[in-house]
Amino acid sequence: MINLNTTAANTWCPGCGNFAILNAIKSVLVSLNEEGLPVENVVLVSGIGCHAKIADYINVNSFYSIHGRVFPPATAIKLANPALRVIGHAGDGDAYGEGIEHLIFAAKRNVDITAIIHNNRVYGLTTGQYTPTSPLGYKGRSTPLGTKESPINPLELMLASGATFLARGTSHGLELLKKIFKEAILHKGFSLVDVLQVCVTYYNMYEYYDKRVYELKDHDPSDYNKALAKIREWDYNNDSPIALGIFYKNNQPTLEERLGLPESRQIDVDGKIRKVLEEAV
Amino acid sequence: MNEFSILIGGKAGFGIDKSSIVIAGILNRLGYRLYVYRDYPSLIRGGHTFSIVRASKKKIAAHLDKADFILALNQDTVDFHKGQLNSAGIIIYDSDSVKSDGIGLPLGAIIKEANAPDMMRNTAIIGALCKTAGIDWQILDEVLRKSFPKDIDINLKVARRAYDSAKELTRIEKIGQKSLPLLTGNEAIGLGLIKGGLKTYIAYPMTPSSPILHFLAGVAEDFSLQVIHPESEIAVMLMATGFAYGGRKVAVGTSGGGFCLMTEGFSFSAMAELPVVVVLGQRPGPSTGLPTYSSQTELGFALNAGQGEFSRFVVAPSDAEEAYYWSQVALNVSWKFQIPSIILSDKDMGEGTYSFDLDLVKEVGEEIPSLWNGKGPYKRYLNTETGVSPLAFVPRKDAVIKINSYEHDESGLTIEDPALTIGMQDKRLRKTKYIAEYIEKYDAVKIYGKDAGTAILCWGSTKGPVLEAAEGMNLKIIQVAALSPFPLSRFKEALKGVKRLIAVENNATGQLVSLVNRYGFNVDASILKYDGRPFSAEELASRLKEVIR
Repeated sequence: MINLNTTAANTWCPGCGNFAILNAIKSVLVSLNEEGLPVENVVLVSGIGCHAKIADYINVNSFYSIHGRVFPPATAIKLANPALRVIGHAGDGDAYGEGIEHLIFAAKRNVDITAIIHNNRVYGLTTGQYTPTSPLGYKGRSTPLGTKESPINPLELMLASGATFLARGTSHGLELLKKIFKEAILHKGFSLVDVLQVCVTYYNMYEYYDKRVYELKDHDPSDYNKALAKIREWDYNNDSPIALGIFYKNNQPTLEERLGLPESRQIDVDGKIRKVLEEAV
Repeated sequence: MNEFSILIGGKAGFGIDKSSIVIAGILNRLGYRLYVYRDYPSLIRGGHTFSIVRASKKKIAAHLDKADFILALNQDTVDFHKGQLNSAGIIIYDSDSVKSDGIGLPLGAIIKEANAPDMMRNTAIIGALCKTAGIDWQILDEVLRKSFPKDIDINLKVARRAYDSAKELTRIEKIGQKSLPLLTGNEAIGLGLIKGGLKTYIAYPMTPSSPILHFLAGVAEDFSLQVIHPESEIAVMLMATGFAYGGRKVAVGTSGGGFCLMTEGFSFSAMAELPVVVVLGQRPGPSTGLPTYSSQTELGFALNAGQGEFSRFVVAPSDAEEAYYWSQVALNVSWKFQIPSIILSDKDMGEGTYSFDLDLVKEVGEEIPSLWNGKGPYKRYLNTETGVSPLAFVPRKDAVIKINSYEHDESGLTIEDPALTIGMQDKRLRKTKYIAEYIEKYDAVKIYGKDAGTAILCWGSTKGPVLEAAEGMNLKIIQVAALSPFPLSRFKEALKGVKRLIAVENNATGQLVSLVNRYGFNVDASILKYDGRPFSAEELASRLKEVIR
């Protein structure tokens, strides 16, 4: 079995929801490797925040980017070599706040990469401010009287943007996470998994989620309208039941298929430059 | 007549730009060296647009204010520019829509008779110019066929009618020089990047660098390039780092405002040691400023952009040949040292058209970057004497390749340890010394003119007007091409025997002066221009005389 451990000391808080994501993704990488995916073909891209330390904790190729900028390099790495499996880990502040334009465009392009959003609905590393998915009235250090903004529903936004695989898991459901991550990575096209990952220090929602989550059953993920209805059931603000599992899955041409492979054929650059110059006379 | 300028003006949408290229093509066939200056407002239709096509026996890289021919497709062209006409100059105008002295031809009527669209008045006025200037119909015919392959019959018909209705008044002689390719500075940058090994170009449209995006997209198939236009300059820069990680030589293009958005990624590329070349086309700011005009206002920005302290290569080519040359060098330096580079262009050079002489460009050759030999565990940030760590690209069976924006150890894992921090900071900064040594072999500082006690200091596109303005004066001209690392020894050498140093810059604060001051050099006087227009040769000559007197 491949060894995915690094020498980096883990600095997440005890009980942090990120452990579940770490364990799930490592387990999925092992399983994919056993099924024939060369581990060197995997590139993890991360942003900045607690989630991003995952790049230090897994012994695979990684690209520890900057805050909000997971998906531009992830897209580029895929376009540079479509044989690579590119997995972008991002936080909710990272993907849904600072870098939301990139997320929308990654979905729009249907580039074949996977987005795993560590959505704890709070800024952890900067000590407890509200994020784009915090509920209305959330009291954080920048909003002591409670936010005056409703959260966005990231899955609804992604569906509208053209994502072809949308799922949700929680950090209290390791087996489901593994199943979803694997399917997401194997999906051809842009896949996003919103993980309700709990920050035990600044926004402990374990009990809240445990009471409300349920796994999608008899749901047809190829049906856009049914996916939309299920995605709208919980708006990240109200107290409705929270569905977990795969909401939407659809096959569409990917960006790299439409662009074609980057060519590596030998070109007579000098000859072609001469030709351009001759035409410019 | 073998040294002259032709000014053609009209509203945006009249095809002024295309006409200037057709005229340049005609004069190119007669053996002239050309420079085309474009002046246009930031709009799609209307406004006043003009181009100056300047022809000379020798190579030129500047425009003149005085014109020998004015081709007026509207009244504004006459009203705004008649004062620029040389005493023996000729105005050719559309008598159906313009009142003026000179040669009026009923272009509207000619168009109507030929059943041609109004837009083709530009072809008509070129026909009239050729007859007036004694240029053979055959040459015009040839250039029109090349310029308008689609609507050639109607263009020829219009041009012929106008040609026949004009009279020969003077004669532009054919001179016995071979015709050279006509390239804009932007095209020369694009070709230089390709020659340097470019595989991917990424840009968000922004004047004056968008033409590089268009040019490279146009030749992408031929040269097997990936050309990408993403959602923003932020994405452009971060995508570039991703391509560099994948081992593809990559460049991006923008202007000051776009580069503002790129700076976080620029700093990241330095920390991550992912080579990226940025083409930064300067224009007058602050902010949106004058988007379609020219300036040299981003030198300070280029030298200082990005948080933290790191090595960078900054170079400012002055014309098409230098653009071709330095674009290759920039890719080489970026990949040899795994650092970000900036090619400072401006609207004047980028969108100016030059007679491009490949024979004048020194051979550069593509550098092979330092590659990992596959022995031992791979360390992406191995701390070496030169600061350069051997590269490996994903996927490698024997290597885990970790990039990190945090301070990191040799293997790319995040660290906060003080001693390791110093070690890695020193590793990256050490490169500056080796880059400075490496660029010694290129023309980092160039000297022109005489071995005189008074020297003109210039950089980038102002070199063209400086060279001409200084003709006949007892002046040395020092052009600083490489600006970071500052080529100190070459600069000192250039200053030998210089007692008085006069800077010429297309900005308001003297940004090159600030740079050389930092190295302890005094500049005695500055000639600055910041109205958004480049210096014309005559204007600069008169300002030089005021200072030198």
